[in-house]
Amino acid sequence: MGYHRPADLGTALEILAGQAPRLIAGGTDLFPATDGPLQGGILDITAIPELQGIHRTGRGWRFGAAVKWAEIAAADLPPCFAALQQAARRIGGIQIQNSATLAGNLCNASPAADGVPPLQVLDAVIETASCNGARMLPLAEFITGPRRTALKGGEMVIAVHVADDHAAGASAFEKLGARAHLVISIVMAAARVVLEEGRIGRAAVSIGACSPVARRMPDFEAALAGASASDLERLRPVLAGEAAARLSPLDDMRASAGYRHEMAVEITLRAVARAIGEAGEAGNAEGDGHGG
Amino acid sequence: MADDGAMRASARLIVNGAEHLISAPPGRRLSEVLREDLGLRGTKLGCEAGDCGACTVLLEGRPVCACLVPLAQAEGHEILTVEGLADAGLEHLRRAFLAHGAAQCGICTPGMLMAAAALLQKNSHPTREEAAEALGGVLCRCTGYAKIIEAVCRASDPPARAESPEAGAAVGAGIERLDGRAKVDGSESYGADHVPEGALLVRAIRSPHHHARFSFGDLEGWRKARPGIALVLTAADIPGRNRFGVIPAFADQPVLAEGEALFRGEAVALVVGEAEAVADFRAEDFPIEWEPLAAITDPAEAVREGAGLIHGERPGNILTKGRVCQGDPQAALAASAHLAEGEIETAFVEHAPIEPEAGVAWLESDGEAPRLVIRACTQAPGMDRAECASILALPEERIRIITAATGGGFGTKLDLSVQPLIGLAALRTGRPCRMVYSRRESMASTTKRHPARMRARIGCDGAGRLTGMIFEGDFNTGAYASWGPTVAGRVPVHASGPYRVPHYRAEARAIHTHSPPSGAFRGFGVPQATIMQEVLFDDLALACGMDRLAFRLQNAMRDGDSTRTGQRLAAVGIRACLEALHAPWEAALDACREWNAARGRTRRGVGMASCWYGCGNTALPNPSTIRAGLAADGRLCLHQGAPDIGQGANTVIPQIFADALGLPVAQIELIGPDTALTPDAGKTSASRQTYVTGKAAMLCGQALRAMILRRLNLGEGARLSLEGGRIIAREGASEASLDPAQLPPGPWGYVLAAEESYDPPTTPLDENGQGAPYAVYGYGAQMAEVEVDMGTGRVRVLHIHAAHDLGRVINPILAEGQIEGGIAQGLGLALMEEYIPGRTENLHDYLIPTTGDMPRITPILIERPDPEGPFGARGLGEHVLIPTAPAILNAIRHASGARITRLPALPHRVLAAIREAGG
Repeated sequence: MGYHRPADLGTALEILAGQAPRLIAGGTDLFPATDGPLQGGILDITAIPELQGIHRTGRGWRFGAAVKWAEIAAADLPPCFAALQQAARRIGGIQIQNSATLAGNLCNASPAADGVPPLQVLDAVIETASCNGARMLPLAEFITGPRRTALKGGEMVIAVHVADDHAAGASAFEKLGARAHLVISIVMAAARVVLEEGRIGRAAVSIGACSPVARRMPDFEAALAGASASDLERLRPVLAGEAAARLSPLDDMRASAGYRHEMAVEITLRAVARAIGEAGEAGNAEGDGHGG
Repeated sequence: MADDGAMRASARLIVNGAEHLISAPPGRRLSEVLREDLGLRGTKLGCEAGDCGACTVLLEGRPVCACLVPLAQAEGHEILTVEGLADAGLEHLRRAFLAHGAAQCGICTPGMLMAAAALLQKNSHPTREEAAEALGGVLCRCTGYAKIIEAVCRASDPPARAESPEAGAAVGAGIERLDGRAKVDGSESYGADHVPEGALLVRAIRSPHHHARFSFGDLEGWRKARPGIALVLTAADIPGRNRFGVIPAFADQPVLAEGEALFRGEAVALVVGEAEAVADFRAEDFPIEWEPLAAITDPAEAVREGAGLIHGERPGNILTKGRVCQGDPQAALAASAHLAEGEIETAFVEHAPIEPEAGVAWLESDGEAPRLVIRACTQAPGMDRAECASILALPEERIRIITAATGGGFGTKLDLSVQPLIGLAALRTGRPCRMVYSRRESMASTTKRHPARMRARIGCDGAGRLTGMIFEGDFNTGAYASWGPTVAGRVPVHASGPYRVPHYRAEARAIHTHSPPSGAFRGFGVPQATIMQEVLFDDLALACGMDRLAFRLQNAMRDGDSTRTGQRLAAVGIRACLEALHAPWEAALDACREWNAARGRTRRGVGMASCWYGCGNTALPNPSTIRAGLAADGRLCLHQGAPDIGQGANTVIPQIFADALGLPVAQIELIGPDTALTPDAGKTSASRQTYVTGKAAMLCGQALRAMILRRLNLGEGARLSLEGGRIIAREGASEASLDPAQLPPGPWGYVLAAEESYDPPTTPLDENGQGAPYAVYGYGAQMAEVEVDMGTGRVRVLHIHAAHDLGRVINPILAEGQIEGGIAQGLGLALMEEYIPGRTENLHDYLIPTTGDMPRITPILIERPDPEGPFGARGLGEHVLIPTAPAILNAIRHASGARITRLPALPHRVLAAIREAGG
């Protein structure tokens, strides 16, 4: 028992295996959930070098588990990460973004976690480790329900990976809340599109705060193939149908379930439209680059 | 560092450039380390959950919430707090906050300053948008952020230091707050900031149920098993009367409940002991058995035949009713050419001052019997003393209430909170005892704005002249009386707005439920009633094809008109306010037409509403007393007992006094508020301090001046100065001087002293609500421009023009600050604030406006002197909130057709209303 802040991963995994402590990274969820002082065993994972930094790997991008949202917002990343960066700027205020971590947002597994839809549209993969070895889990399998993850005892998140195959195109994040800053989403959505000759080649769409875990919309994604911005209204019924089938929003003090259903569609279409716009601009800029 | 969570380890911190070795548990919050271990109490705590940003400090230059950083993560790092700003080269930021009036109560100021410091280090001349973005993580409840953003944007171009006004020129001058310096350098001491050596901590056990019976287990055994716990106190330990309430005739709330709790959050026991022991125990382990009982939370259910009685002596669960009746409204409505009717429902609204309730009590001895000192944030020290005396069975003279700097109140700190609890603990232990409410505790247990269900019918003739109005409102007053009777009394007086309504009947009921007590919140029910009235006025203007401003102007009261209570008013300011909006109104209508012609995703609209509001108690005595004296050493002392909760009494009252006396305001030494040092200036409520206490200050200044001139045998026209400890008077060619050191000591230890009282001349209301309930009214009109997203129902307020008749502006910067802050609360009431007991007891589920939610605000200050107010001044503090919500709702309707009948106008409600309107 006690408060541990090891400086290497091996020690951290040993403590994790031996004592089953609670993990703290940015503390932005743990402290508010704690009345009075932190008690019991605590493993602080913010001093572990393997959990830091945003890097290119041979086959894609690696985000350390303890990377802070402010780092993500400020990083120089290609346009496919725009949704993730836009979400990073909406997670609490600057104070929270300077403390809260990428893995913390995933492990807290709130249905309204702003970080999840942008990572879903990147087909992010979660790297975990324990004394028994490492695992790579698709994000869709990692978060298993509200406040539940696939982490086993003695296991922790090390990094989030995005493969080059998915780190393509441009993305956008839309969030609907009743105030400007510091607001829990009523609905949010992320969309990523890869354009081919001005039309959507591939698309990925995810909706948050409308189901126990944010959901991708594969039928709508398929329907988007070949579409341009002017086709979006025509595809609204496809999305509405799929959203009705896959989402199960709550009635709560922030909004009614019916409203969330409807907004899931509205906000998603806006995210797709913005992503198409961004992808078009990125494509033009690339074109200009070649021309110059 | 690796150590047991509860054990101490040693950590090195560099705070404001100085190195410290801290011995504390590694998981201790940095905020606690700064405040408790290093004594740097400039860093404030508003929520301990990262929701309010008050505790923002810079960690290696980056703003973080100190409440969320474990000591272990700060180890070895540089930390900058508000106390270190000058040494960090940011004194100009503090100066800008002072000069622009960016600090009101000041509790959010350290967090704002630190967030701004981080921005300015990267960007010395930010735009308004950049500043709003950088400050978006810090909540302010007083200012509406306007002056804060202005100060940050202009911090690097500091204004020339304003000269302090000369004798006779203080009234009307936009001087810096006289108590402002401590608010920007971190030295201001709020309720939680004074910690005497050896102080014990008090923690309350509260009901988790809306309604429940309870019984205690083995309290003594539980206490003995926990080293460091000194005492457990229950209702049985209260030596006096276990009842309190702001209106003595209705006092019904136990300090600690007796066997049955009537709302979730009600205190049932106290645990007193060493700070760590009290913080550490788990509330679930406290030996108490709860038996939940059926709870009535809906007022409609409470008044139903056969409903259980919450207080046996109050049939129908009705606390009180208020009524004002004139003429024959039924007949007038029946004969009207146009009729508008509707129903509107509003929610519980939480005051959410960024400072949760806090204080400390101790015993002091002045040679005789010991005196109990209670130092706490409060709006009503005199009432606190009277109520604590009754609860603790002490004579009033053995209780001293020191008003701590108060980090916002807005009405909620009129009622007792920590005062009797820490007083009892200090009496029983003989040691200083302190208590700091958690945010959840503050939200669950303190008063709220009354939820209202209102119905009204208003008629006009074919030419748009009002004919009659009938208003009925039910106000959910919660479990205990608090200010319920005042709300029920004020609403019928004001429900017509400042308009000519020849036939009128308005009735309001305060109804008990098993909910938190509803009390006083900026406007005492009038903001709710005004929503009903002003929304129906738009219906009538539309029905008779009139411009909405023209309709209001045509019906606005004029000088010499009588009110619905039959009171003839001399200086009615509403027409001037409406007329001041004419040009921006026309321009806004044009701009909306142009925007909407593009048929985009958003539509814009403009709406307006008025207010009037009587200053001071309703038809009840309401005196204030001010004392001043000249000391033998030449000090000029003003004993100012009006609590300054951010609104500015510590500045405005001296400004009035200074001009009445004829000496410069800068030469006044301010004393109080402290019941041992200041006479009773009444409570800070009902927009009364500038008017009532201000009038007492004016009379006091005049009396002291007359005393001086008599001594010098000079006439009223003489000019006074205070030079080198002597009073010099000049009149024409003659000059005379007075050396206080040569005068014999007089009352209160001064050589010359005056004490004056003022009580507004009012008369009681009869059974039809007829009489003169207030001696002074204030007036205002606001106009809101909004943009509605037709696809989501999300509303953005773009601009608010606010014209208010202040009679005489004592301090324009403070007046604008009141307007901007009132608008922020009105915007919250309209668009986002809804307190739901048990569900929104924190500042992320309960939403108050952030920087990004606030529109541009254009204050328009109008001066039509009031014959009764000091220098012609009227009150302003509550008026400013009243028109905002209805102006926004009328603008939403103008933009989108959406007619909102349930507040707040959350996006889903707006979208549903757009659909209903066929949009």
